Amino acid sequence: MGKTLLEMKSITKEFPGVKALDNVNLKVEEGEIHALVGENGAGKSTLMNVLSGIYPFGSYTGDIVYNGEVCQFQKIKDSEEKGIVIIHQELALIPYMSIGENMFLGNEQGKKSAIDWDKTYAEADKYLKMVGLSESSRTLIKDIGVGKQQLVEIAKALAKHAKLLILDEPTSSLNETDSRALLDLLLKFKEEGMTSIIISHKLNEVSYVADKITVIRDGSTIETLDKAVDDISEDRIIKGMVGREMTDRFPKRHDVKIGDIAMEVKDWTVYHPQFAERKVVDGVSMNVRKGEVVGIAGLMGAGRTELAMSIFGKAYGTNISGQLFLNGEEVHLKNIKDAIKHKIAYVTEDRKGNGLVLTNPIKINTTLSNLSELCSKRVIDQDKEYQVAEDYRDKLKTKCPTVEQNVGNLSGGNQQKVLLAKWMFANPDVLILDEPTRGIDVGAKYEIYCIINDLVAAGKSVIMISSELPEVLGMSDRIYVMNEGKMVGEMSGAEASQESIMSCILKS
Amino acid sequence: MVSNNIGNTLKKYTMVIALVVIIGIFYVGTGGTILLSQNVNNLLSQNAYVFVLGTGMLLCILTGGNIDLSVGSVIAFIGGIGAVLLSKGVNVWIAVIVMLLCGIAVGAWQAFWVAYVNVPPFIVTLAGMYAFRGLANVVLNGYAVSISNTTFLNVFGGGADCYIPDFFHGDKLNITCILAGVIAVAVLVIVSLRNRISATRKGYVTTGVGPFFAKLAILSVVILFLAYKLAGYKGVPTSLLWIILIVLAYHYVTTKTTIGRYLYAVGGNEKATQLSGINTKKVYFFAYTNMGFLAAFAGILTVARAASAQPTYGMFYEMDAIGACFIGGASAYGGTGSVFGAIIGALLTGVINQGMLIMGVDANYQKVVKGLVLLAAVIFDVLSKREKK
Repeated sequence: MGKTLLEMKSITKEFPGVKALDNVNLKVEEGEIHALVGENGAGKSTLMNVLSGIYPFGSYTGDIVYNGEVCQFQKIKDSEEKGIVIIHQELALIPYMSIGENMFLGNEQGKKSAIDWDKTYAEADKYLKMVGLSESSRTLIKDIGVGKQQLVEIAKALAKHAKLLILDEPTSSLNETDSRALLDLLLKFKEEGMTSIIISHKLNEVSYVADKITVIRDGSTIETLDKAVDDISEDRIIKGMVGREMTDRFPKRHDVKIGDIAMEVKDWTVYHPQFAERKVVDGVSMNVRKGEVVGIAGLMGAGRTELAMSIFGKAYGTNISGQLFLNGEEVHLKNIKDAIKHKIAYVTEDRKGNGLVLTNPIKINTTLSNLSELCSKRVIDQDKEYQVAEDYRDKLKTKCPTVEQNVGNLSGGNQQKVLLAKWMFANPDVLILDEPTRGIDVGAKYEIYCIINDLVAAGKSVIMISSELPEVLGMSDRIYVMNEGKMVGEMSGAEASQESIMSCILKS
Repeated sequence: MVSNNIGNTLKKYTMVIALVVIIGIFYVGTGGTILLSQNVNNLLSQNAYVFVLGTGMLLCILTGGNIDLSVGSVIAFIGGIGAVLLSKGVNVWIAVIVMLLCGIAVGAWQAFWVAYVNVPPFIVTLAGMYAFRGLANVVLNGYAVSISNTTFLNVFGGGADCYIPDFFHGDKLNITCILAGVIAVAVLVIVSLRNRISATRKGYVTTGVGPFFAKLAILSVVILFLAYKLAGYKGVPTSLLWIILIVLAYHYVTTKTTIGRYLYAVGGNEKATQLSGINTKKVYFFAYTNMGFLAAFAGILTVARAASAQPTYGMFYEMDAIGACFIGGASAYGGTGSVFGAIIGALLTGVINQGMLIMGVDANYQKVVKGLVLLAAVIFDVLSKREKK
């Protein structure tokens, strides 16, 4: 038993409308590797952001005790001074700067008036050696692979004299060999006395490196497992992660007749648009029937969004291959317009970024994807447009003063309804809903589920991509499980359970 | 709710109110001179090019705060082509068509790089600013070429002294002008009422009766006042007719047609627009090609007014147009703004210029004031948006 290095006591953090963390406790001892696991949105990253001062003192409640003293970090610099360094999931390196420049960005060597480049590069080389990188520190970031970039991040953290290293999904973009190398590096640091907190979805890695595992679920700490005492098998961890009770948060669907196959893809393969050699979707085959809700479960980055968007008129990816059938006939969709014409709709996961024009009113957003319906000779019939927007507002129970209201001023749930209205107005047969209830409250979720039920009752097909397992289980007639670009499982809604899906993902 | 409505209305018409206030200030400052018929007349015809360019610039700005720096040079270039053609005795209509086609070609050239190769508009049009200024010199051989074709001058407001003739030979007042004002008001009232009745019947009414009639009344008074003022000098300048035509046409395009809708959507959220099945490249292409067309048109008005073409014409016109749009409430990030807003912005700068000129303010200080007004307008825009959050 070492001494306690860090203790976070009953941390509570609220965002408008959501309690992201609720009385979370975390205790980390010196010289251990402590893993933090939980589903997407459980609050792991939020907790680490509180610790590192990204959410400043005062925006949360609870205490952070580090090295025996209570800390009140106002900004990242404060926590870094104490030796707490966080490495984020998304690499924060600047591609066109050298390794050395990146490592000392914001921490420049030399005098205030002039950077001492010789010292910078010498120091950088020293730390690179510590993480086992043989590259020169003058190499540009863009010229080294992702695995090495991750090591540069760690070297950068070491250069800040890290005592407590926090890694958020450090291996999510690495292949097996690079991941293993990184984990071994962590073990080596541990022997040298470094303390680390690692956030990961990959439970095999967690079992491999961690001394203790804290499970977070729905913003609360569930349990902390100790390698020396407890069973830390993957199944045991999964149980902790998903073990919540299911209540009737989902409206009943009444005898919807499931008909013929409406859409089918066969051997669908998509490559990354920038890194043309990286397969994002790999030989996927799936189908959806009329009147059916098909769920696609998987972790973030599993390739679900990419699959959906590539089907939707090649809105994502390059070098797309495979066959797409609509009502039994093979089609080749050239672009998004073509996809809409063939009655496919893709409702994005990122409603603000990719879905809505926030500066425009509800009515304009509602009709954007199907304006020609309201036009004669490219002139818009604005009375009709108003009528359409009003109809959908009624039908979906969107709460707003008028449909002239700008979408940017609506709540998340109502924005989502406008987004759904927009795609319902395009009159599709197949709707692909990507995370349809992300970031909206429980009541609005229920209403969205009702809308989905109405859609399938009208004979439409719905593909629902969701990272919330209860939602997938509660809504789907059939569930596909996707991981790392591949379909790794298919099960009927009746036989699926959170455990079966999670083990499908984690053991693939 | 009511006070909120008044607040919103005030916000919506801030620039109109600012315009009225500024006119008031200069009215006092110049002892009423600024509202003399002749000055009102000059204000409109002198700034014709800003109205036309501002309209085109607005479409570019809508797509995401993108501007076109080349328009001043394009004016000189197109004007040069026209003057040379006319001096060689080419038929006036052929010359006009050639000028407009050249403008469209210039616009399409720049639009291609912006839309299909993703070169930043700032760079493309900066290049155009140099290149077309150079070409204007080449076309004109470095000299001024005068224009003597009377049809051309009469139709496009030539010689700074070209008006719609008074068919009724009014004594002191130009009766045609008054009549035109009355007809304009009548058309405005009839169209507004008809739209409102049809909307009421379908149950779409969104504004109250009071504000509706108040707006109609104010607009009618402004039109009649303007007609009266113009009638007191020489009547309707021909260039004014072209301005009205262009402003109305583009108001219609931006508010009623699909392409107009797409301009706003692209500026508001390009990704969402793309995912709605809209070809955003075409939208950019349209905005910049159209800018070339309107720059050519402004070129025609400019050389007609001066009755000559010079390689130096159009210098800094792009800045006037850009300024007018931003002062008129267009967002520097795209997605919001209106043609009428740009016109208000143009009028505001026009009034300030003329007011200071009459008051005899030093030309250098005039520039300072102009700059500060632009800055103030954009600061206002940024702050009022922050308030909402």
